[in-house]
Amino acid sequence: MADMQRPLSPHLQVYKWQVQMVSSILHRATGIALAVGSVLVVGGLLHLAAGEESFNHYKSIIGSPIGMILLVGWSWALFYHLCNGIRHLAQDAGLGYGVSQFVRSSWLSLVVSIVLTVLVWAWVLLAGGAA
Amino acid sequence: MSAKGSAVKDRRNPLKVARGLGSSQSGVGHWWSQRVTAAALVLLGVWFVATVLCLLHADYATAHAAVAKPWNALLLIAFVLTLFWHAVLGLQVVIEDYVHVRWKEVALMVAIKFLAVLGALASVLAVLRIALTP
Repeated sequence: MADMQRPLSPHLQVYKWQVQMVSSILHRATGIALAVGSVLVVGGLLHLAAGEESFNHYKSIIGSPIGMILLVGWSWALFYHLCNGIRHLAQDAGLGYGVSQFVRSSWLSLVVSIVLTVLVWAWVLLAGGAA
Repeated sequence: MSAKGSAVKDRRNPLKVARGLGSSQSGVGHWWSQRVTAAALVLLGVWFVATVLCLLHADYATAHAAVAKPWNALLLIAFVLTLFWHAVLGLQVVIEDYVHVRWKEVALMVAIKFLAVLGALASVLAVLRIALTP
């Protein structure tokens, strides 16, 4: 594979911007981001297991401004990967292969993920400030 | 695969080829595992987000008691194991697509598998510790 000096096919730079391209790239990007974000889940569980002081320390880290900004990003990544993942599962089942359906479902993933993120953070803030 | 002529070039049973067990010996295994873990994560992920949102301002005792509940502990372990499994499968595809130097590709693959196993084991141990300490 890599050792063979084959020409590469034209890549991103020669294609016109399309929403299907964006939804596909974002699926990978959010997947990578979520893999990194798993540290947050492991960290939370380890700190909870380690005792009260350690748990409060963890809460203060994720409740800090930088922690909250990262959490907003990760929550959107999760909702986007979830919505677009369901879209891909439907496509794997053979649904929605028309070009117009493809474009529509791409937009749907994007919009629903943003709506869910906004709803969740509205809930968080209405329930009273920092996590 | 042509059976014509005296020299038989492929000694594999045609059924073996038809089943998709080519040189990788795994067929659609990776693809299928990725989809099954994805479907599981749709359910477990929604449950996890809902659980975290319910525990938003919980103090230590409340959070500890919530995770220690048998159903929550069970689903948390299922969530974490599925998450890391799915993450390895996904990152593998990304690495295979973009890392074109063989030794780097192999090193990255091994590294993410080590990290994923460590992360999964650490999480399971933490949940068990929470669930089993009164």
